[in-house]
Amino acid sequence: MGDLNKLGLAEARDALRAGDVTSVELTDACLSAIDGAGALNAFVHHTPEIARTQAAAADARIKAGDAPAMCGLPIGIKDLFCTKGVPSQAGSRILEGFLPQYESTVSQNLFDSGAVMLGKLNMDEFAMGSSNETSVYGNAVNPWKVDSRQLTPGGSSGGSASAVAADLCLAATGTDTGGSIRQPAAFVGITGIKPTYGRCSRWGVVAFASSLDQAGPMTKSVRDAAIMLEAMCSHDPKDSTSADLPVPNFEAMLTGDIKGKKIGIPKEYRMDGMPDEIEALWANGTAMLRDAGAEIVDISLPHTKYALPAYYVIAPAEASSNLARYDGVRYGHRARLDQGDGITEMYEKTRAEGFGAEVQRRVMIGTYVLSAGFYDAYYNRARRVRTLIKKDFEDVFAQGIDAILTPATPSAAFGLGEASDDPVEMYLNDVFTVTVNMAGLPGIAVPAGQDAQGLPLGLQLIGRPWEEGDLLNTAYALEARAGFVAKPEKWW
Amino acid sequence: MSIDESTAARVAKLARIKVEPERLPALAVEFNTILGFIEQLSEVDVDGVEPMTSVTPQRLKRREDIVTDGSQQEAILTNAPDAREGFFAVPKVVE
Repeated sequence: MGDLNKLGLAEARDALRAGDVTSVELTDACLSAIDGAGALNAFVHHTPEIARTQAAAADARIKAGDAPAMCGLPIGIKDLFCTKGVPSQAGSRILEGFLPQYESTVSQNLFDSGAVMLGKLNMDEFAMGSSNETSVYGNAVNPWKVDSRQLTPGGSSGGSASAVAADLCLAATGTDTGGSIRQPAAFVGITGIKPTYGRCSRWGVVAFASSLDQAGPMTKSVRDAAIMLEAMCSHDPKDSTSADLPVPNFEAMLTGDIKGKKIGIPKEYRMDGMPDEIEALWANGTAMLRDAGAEIVDISLPHTKYALPAYYVIAPAEASSNLARYDGVRYGHRARLDQGDGITEMYEKTRAEGFGAEVQRRVMIGTYVLSAGFYDAYYNRARRVRTLIKKDFEDVFAQGIDAILTPATPSAAFGLGEASDDPVEMYLNDVFTVTVNMAGLPGIAVPAGQDAQGLPLGLQLIGRPWEEGDLLNTAYALEARAGFVAKPEKWW
Repeated sequence: MSIDESTAARVAKLARIKVEPERLPALAVEFNTILGFIEQLSEVDVDGVEPMTSVTPQRLKRREDIVTDGSQQEAILTNAPDAREGFFAVPKVVE
């Protein structure tokens, strides 16, 4: 078998079980691909020794007839996940040198399921960004290229997106607070699912905005997403918001039959100035689902417009609280102090040196909206609006809607360094995805077409809470009809 | 609501982030841009709407009130920038 790194999870799993290939061979293929892809800056901490040890152990398990779902499959882990003894910096200078003494529940679940870790993946600092340009490691680069420009792989899970699209690994973990799995997945032409809030344990995942953060897989197909999501999910007593619900066999639910399913098309997602290509992609996706036997229903989610501004109150507020722990005392960077500096100077200098500009901006906005006199006007109002956003979805689900189809992003990938100085412009990247986090729902991005230049474009499906299986099945039907098979041409 | 330089300085202080005085005017402009964007929320009628506390309807789990973890002093201090004699060390706090 040639080019083993190009396999997806399902193909590789079947080949491993059939004895056609070993995990050591798969792992070596990925490690060489990673070595040759420095220009993408996707993997920022390499763990070849851990990978080879885990691969050998996986081969032994397979031989012994004990091969759980992810057994022997080489993946990348976003830098936001704490991995025991392996640098876990959340893309930030403030966590330079930090070596977790524990393993995140999600990565532990994957290892228990036999997965092989190739290394840690680039990301926007503390997952705050939509282009991977706020990372202390420098930009991750999109493997897709149409001219001399380098394109963003999106963010915050930019390294994960780039690595999967460039076949440096079979799949990767991502996290999604406002679109950080789905937007990068769409920008590189892969699949990414954010499950219902509470499906994946947040324990050991560096916190950004705790009421919105969820982990999920970024993969080469919907089937792969089903396999890996199931391995990541669990009830975890160490995360009080983790759902005590059984995790279904998601892969078994992929029948491709969506006859009679009601798919909602929300009119509020037709934004002013939306590019024709996005409009056409959305119309094509709608036609594909209709062709598959689904009933298409026009719906209204009236508070959509307010999701992004409410998000930019709630997420910074939670971030300002979560990031208070970076004080130069317990872990990470501490600033060099001058004669006479006290503890306050230590905090202030440490955080000024350790946090990048976007993180500082959000921590300060969060501090402001939570400060005395503004708490009600900003924070409480945003939480009330959030209740209304969630109710919009509850209302359409109560009308019998099974899933909602929207574009995943307002554009294709843009050039690195092309964003303006206006932070709000960057925030608009998440306009279609952020509602899903605000309502705690599962959402999946599926590659569904290409723009005139040949860059991938994605569609998003939003599902009912806890019904990831049904959502994956709808995505599976969409994937089959979209038939997206394009791959970036290797230039790196 | 418009943020001036002194408010920006106060917020930076509250957030414990050192901002050089020459950075304050630009910072105030950024804050105002973001707050201007957030300002749209004032259009929404939120009368009688409860602020969301939990996105999924759930009751926090309870467990037995017993010690389940601990005795990990070494692991906890491993990553400290300055640890001495089993403690985190910081600049003098009390004169």
